[in-house]
Amino acid sequence: MARSVSEINAGSMADIAFLLLIFFLVTTTMDVDTGITRKLPPPPPKDQEDIKVKERNVLKVLVNKNDRLMVNGKPDDISNLRAEVKEFLRNDDIHSPNSADDRPEKRKEPLNFPLLGGQVWPSKGVISLKNDRGTSYDMYIQVQNELAAAIRELRDELSQQYFGMRYDQLVDDNKIKAIQKTIPVAISEAEPEDIGDK
Amino acid sequence: MAKFKKKGGNATPGISTSSLPDIIFMLLFFFMVTTTMRESTLLVQIKPPQATEVQKLEKKSLVSFIYIGPPLRKQYGTESRIQLNDSFATVDDIPEFIEAEREAHDEADRKLLTTSLKVDKETKMGVVTDVKQQLREIGAFKINYSTAKKIAEK
Repeated sequence: MARSVSEINAGSMADIAFLLLIFFLVTTTMDVDTGITRKLPPPPPKDQEDIKVKERNVLKVLVNKNDRLMVNGKPDDISNLRAEVKEFLRNDDIHSPNSADDRPEKRKEPLNFPLLGGQVWPSKGVISLKNDRGTSYDMYIQVQNELAAAIRELRDELSQQYFGMRYDQLVDDNKIKAIQKTIPVAISEAEPEDIGDK
Repeated sequence: MAKFKKKGGNATPGISTSSLPDIIFMLLFFFMVTTTMRESTLLVQIKPPQATEVQKLEKKSLVSFIYIGPPLRKQYGTESRIQLNDSFATVDDIPEFIEAEREAHDEADRKLLTTSLKVDKETKMGVVTDVKQQLREIGAFKINYSTAKKIAEK
């Protein structure tokens, strides 16, 4: 006599699944982390001497402990910073190894990017960012943000000019690399010094 | 012909619930996949600063977090403190923390490890600079300043 196997009652399956569902609903955090990505320089060798950089190739940005800004020796406001950095890092003619006397020099070795029409000379200009130990993190991020915005806008302009679209819309890795190398993130953060009180 | 009378007459049949578990399972899997467990309970208050030029942090599994901010419980003071994992730490604990993070990942992934600094905006740069110096010493060069996205005012 064949005994029929009674079916397993699946009615409670929904309840079990519900329980799990609610657990995951509660523990879920859907927020995406966003932020400004930077690369730290490797620590300097012990016996390194100060690298001499010509005055015209550096834009000094200082932030003091009262969150006040000084750009190249003059007090400044954060709202002007982006335009000034853009003006400083701008590369007027990327195909020329020379630049005007009052502008930062070009790098000695050209880079070869057929996508940008042959050899390009990136600017030697460097933003030197220095902050006090008492500077607030908020201010520091605002300054970093303006610097990032200036570089992004310059890249956008170059990208528009050669590829007809914004830098963040580029998909071709070679194009992205060409733009990146032509307009590098030239931000140098000074070795911290203990100046001022906390 | 009473023998062939329909059972139960013309009552509407109940809605079949047999596919309910499937629907729920589908939702369940969706949430299981999108879930990121809260890594650690925060002991410090983090109000991130806002910025417009933010990038998304890719590959969460390769990111280790360093929290810096004023302690939530006031008996620990109001000065910004560093939190690693689930406890307060000092700057000197960071190399150990990064080393542990490296150990937990494959050789191939170690180069891609990013350190995300979640710092309260009232924090002074002094402690952040110390942390950055430590990260430089140990060779964790990829960092990310965690910021909230601000809609550009135009």
